[in-house]
Amino acid sequence: MSTLTPVLSAHWDESDSFTIAGYKRHGGYEAAAKALKMEPDAVIQLVKDSGLRGRGGAGFPTGMKWGFIPQGDNKDHYLVVNADESEPGTCKDMPLLLANPHVLIEGMIIASYAIRAKYAFIYLRGEVVHVARRLQQAIEDAYKAGHLGKNIFGSGVDLELVLHIGAGAYICGEETALLDSLEGFRGQPRLRPPFPAIAGLYARPTVVNNVESIASVPAIIANGAEWFSAMGTEKSKGMTLYSLSGHVVNPGQFEAPLGITLRQLLELSGGIRPGHQLKFWTPGGSSTPIFTADHLDTPLDYEGVSAAGSMLGTKALQIFDETTCVLRAVLRWSEFYKHESCGKCTPCREGTTWLVQILRDLENGKGTAADLDKLLDLCDNIMGRSFCALGDGATSPITSSIKFFRDEYIAHVTHGGCPFDSHASTLFATERAGA
Amino acid sequence: MSTEVVDMITVIIDGFEVTVPKGTMVIRAAEKLGIQIPRFCDHPLLDPVGACRQCLVDIEINGRAFPKPQASCTIPVEPGMIVKTQLTSAVAAKAQEGVMELLLINHPLDCPVCDKGGECPLQNQAMSTGRSESRFEGTKRTFEKPVKISAQVLLDRERCILCARCTRFSDQIAADPFITLNERGALQQVGIYEKQPFESYFSGNTVQICPVGALTGASYRFHARPFDLVSTPSACEHCASGCSLRTDVRRGKTLRRLAGDDAEVNEEWNCDKGRWAFKYVTAGDRITHPLVRGEDGELHEASWPEALAAAANGLGANRSAVLVGGRVTVEDAYGYSKFARVALNTNDIDFRSRVSSDEERDFLAAKVVGSSTTYRDIDRADAVLLVGFEPEEESPIVFLRIHKQVRKRSLKVTAVASKLSRGNEKLNANFLCVAPGAEADAVTAESLTAQSIILVGERASESAGLLSAVAALADRTGAKLAWIPRRSGERGALEAGAIGNLLPGGRPVSDASARVDVSTVWGADALPTTVGLSACAIIEAVNAGQIGSLVVAGVDPLDGENHHQTLAALKKAFVVSLEIRPSAVTALADVVLPVAAVTEKSGSFLNWEGRARHFEAAVVDSLNRSDVRILSMIADEMNRPIGIPTVKAASKELASLSTWDGARAKFAAAKPAKSISVSGNDALLTSWRRLLDEGTLQQGEENLAATARKSVAVISPKRAASIGVVDGDAVRVSNDNGVIVMPVLVENIHDDALWLPRNSRGSHLLATFGVASGARVTVVKD
Repeated sequence: MSTLTPVLSAHWDESDSFTIAGYKRHGGYEAAAKALKMEPDAVIQLVKDSGLRGRGGAGFPTGMKWGFIPQGDNKDHYLVVNADESEPGTCKDMPLLLANPHVLIEGMIIASYAIRAKYAFIYLRGEVVHVARRLQQAIEDAYKAGHLGKNIFGSGVDLELVLHIGAGAYICGEETALLDSLEGFRGQPRLRPPFPAIAGLYARPTVVNNVESIASVPAIIANGAEWFSAMGTEKSKGMTLYSLSGHVVNPGQFEAPLGITLRQLLELSGGIRPGHQLKFWTPGGSSTPIFTADHLDTPLDYEGVSAAGSMLGTKALQIFDETTCVLRAVLRWSEFYKHESCGKCTPCREGTTWLVQILRDLENGKGTAADLDKLLDLCDNIMGRSFCALGDGATSPITSSIKFFRDEYIAHVTHGGCPFDSHASTLFATERAGA
Repeated sequence: MSTEVVDMITVIIDGFEVTVPKGTMVIRAAEKLGIQIPRFCDHPLLDPVGACRQCLVDIEINGRAFPKPQASCTIPVEPGMIVKTQLTSAVAAKAQEGVMELLLINHPLDCPVCDKGGECPLQNQAMSTGRSESRFEGTKRTFEKPVKISAQVLLDRERCILCARCTRFSDQIAADPFITLNERGALQQVGIYEKQPFESYFSGNTVQICPVGALTGASYRFHARPFDLVSTPSACEHCASGCSLRTDVRRGKTLRRLAGDDAEVNEEWNCDKGRWAFKYVTAGDRITHPLVRGEDGELHEASWPEALAAAANGLGANRSAVLVGGRVTVEDAYGYSKFARVALNTNDIDFRSRVSSDEERDFLAAKVVGSSTTYRDIDRADAVLLVGFEPEEESPIVFLRIHKQVRKRSLKVTAVASKLSRGNEKLNANFLCVAPGAEADAVTAESLTAQSIILVGERASESAGLLSAVAALADRTGAKLAWIPRRSGERGALEAGAIGNLLPGGRPVSDASARVDVSTVWGADALPTTVGLSACAIIEAVNAGQIGSLVVAGVDPLDGENHHQTLAALKKAFVVSLEIRPSAVTALADVVLPVAAVTEKSGSFLNWEGRARHFEAAVVDSLNRSDVRILSMIADEMNRPIGIPTVKAASKELASLSTWDGARAKFAAAKPAKSISVSGNDALLTSWRRLLDEGTLQQGEENLAATARKSVAVISPKRAASIGVVDGDAVRVSNDNGVIVMPVLVENIHDDALWLPRNSRGSHLLATFGVASGARVTVVKD
């Protein structure tokens, strides 16, 4: 369990891993050729059998999602890949696309074939220009190689692939806001139903999948459902990318079977920076309730994290040691949510604004103990009341941090400000400064 | 028409069963039980959006509860559904209170100076759902205020709760998506494109449906508190759409008008003209006393007895005729109709104070009077054919209704016209482009079904043979036919017999038993038997010395062709003018009698459907009287009483006449005119009146006038190339009578045609050219 299982990341250390030649050297595009010889429904069944679940955070079974697309409806179908990775801490898709863009393209070929889509789109976060360049080159190379366009792999199947660069909005990672943005509108979440599987992009049946989910598909086709489901736990199958960041010795991507624990991952990554102890961490990005050292042995699969009161999310493990002020971290996240709230619904728009004001007052020593109850009540009024999950996510760090670190919040009140030396938590802090 | 079968669903809300049609939203099912769930973004006529989250309730379906409260405005009822609102669910109640508190944190406490204060959904629901003291101690979001998003609509962004009602209305209902939400998060705000202000004909509805005071009307802003207003249900006098309105009056002065609710007619909308053009009534130049022309040739104020005697004497001495404009109520029209027959012993009466034809008169008698095509028919039609009719400009609520069906079910719309209008573009209309005057052939070639509907405008009378072609098309295909005049009083005047060939109730003058019907009710010995002259013929007869006196009401000589002849006739004849304000007619009249404006009297209009739109006086203490009262007094003075001294009496008597069930007048089809060929710089004129133009009933409202579309001369790309102009260049349009110089716009218009607005700034076609359509003009680069 403690060994890594590099599949997606197997060849990242090769200097040409991102090129079509580098990809093909290890069997790249053979899975697509294989899949195109199968019945599309058999491809869906294979993915269903593998137990692959969405890697974007919600963990919805990928094969089942594909199966929702109505067939024989004489409508265009679309595949849309959500590459709008923007949550604080979440950093798996961008390295993957930088190091191996072709695995996504191959996965898209297979998925499009399975759902009978002739057009596929990648919605890429706007700020990552370097990724966009690499992805665009990969798409051009795939077209040249006959893997995209008309009659791909000589199979008679057509597939056009479009890379769309977003304009830098976190909300566009929400699948319906993404679709609106892709259609040229402002990115705001749509009312559901209808769900994208029935009326998605341009009101046509659409599958929206995360980059990592689609990128996992070629290996499943190549190696079989059993190979994939042999990894992981009972309900969380396969390998996945865990992204460790923060106060660890060797931060980065760790591809391991689902169900690995933070303790194991810390061993693999050299542990917390020397001389310090784990204080708190996020299991799946800033929108998942935080964990503490008590959760070091929580299995990091969908069920394990959920049972412990958080969410696996994007497996973005942000590690904070004891030099970090939890209120300071939470305030920074809250400022992010306030900035990224799309404004459509009241609880998220107004709530995030208010949360930030209260947290700022607390950080500056202007708060009171009663503010904590107000914060919690406010979170209760946002959680589950907002239009989409953005508002819910904004409350998670606050409620979970007050649960674990109420005393630290109170210390800000009694101390008349932050009792921490904020310099000490920086990675460039020196011993003398308290680090 | 088959009745639509609707599945009914029974749900339980707060312990009470309610059965509603499938597709009904939970929030509306609750309304049916009298359970009011607070809401802001919800509007029954807009697509659900679920943005404000104020209407959260707990829902379970067949024992399975939703994990979190749901927005009741977005969830349709389902069998087995149990709903718990704030009345029975603590979770729902807290959710609603939480949302209300959040809505208020950034909302300014300027209710005491806000137009909406006192009628504000936010204020009201903050009282019912909010907490008495705010827990918010932070800094409120502020913006510069107000922002003019058009000359008529002002935006206070800090009051806005971002419910998107205004933007959804503009997009979904008006098809004018000129406002939209911009920016993100708490900085989100309603905005316009900087080069295109919110100049929609329907912009005022956004002010009305704004649930806070974020959108206000420039003309009403800071003018009144709602609780100081006295509201009266009214009907709009501006066009034949027949909107239900509400008129709000403070101390005898109309301060605003709002769209009334009438699901069958205007739903909950109206146009900006109906909403804001009411100041003509209170313009400083109202006629307040009777005026009689003295020996010195000048008009002098006179007492009522003096003026009535002068009128009676003048009318009694000559053969007389009646010209009543298309703006009087049906009761007043009936008064003129009876006055002509009984007091003046003539059928020489015509309500068509505009370009008209005898073909039209016969068409109205044979095909329109007594008919009842309705808005519902538009809802059900498989296709709509527009002939001589621009819905957005000439009957805007008809436009909204067609657009609703176009949006809902891609209703097929075809327009026979010389120019593709913006309104018809929005209806995605199939544009049958014809040269002015050649419409009849295009209509004849059209194929429709019995489920189709033909909407023909009053301008069809300007093209000879067109109404005949329309009648033939309707006969041939069984399509429903509706005639949609511009003015609010025309259909009522037709039904009241204010036209030479018809008596009240659509009775043909030429039919003896029809005349007996009427004379029995009227207690008159006999009625004149010859069919009366039409408006043009009356003018000719005056100038020929055959008619000596005229009763004229609500007529503008510049609305018809050959106004020089009309003015000459008014000069020559003894004229009794019933008017509200000085006009070209009162200037030449011998006796001028002031009458009540619409807000000062009761009465009714018949809209294009023939539907009665009754209204009571909004200004109750006016001294002005309805036309029918004054006509009764003149008739008494002439010793030929008409016996209808009040609006009520007129209404009752007209009702007792009911509708004619005998044979309708036969329609003798007219031949199309010979087509006029044009070459070189000659063009055929085509035009219509824009909704917002220089009409007299829009006077006194500068903010509204500022939102009117700019005057342009429209020509085709081919003509533009041939005379060497591009958009914005000035062209010089002329005929023997006059010249108009106007910036040009190159658009989709017949190559032979030139379009100008009929009565807009710098473009008064009838005054300048003496004609408005189908005639030859010369176009050159200026």
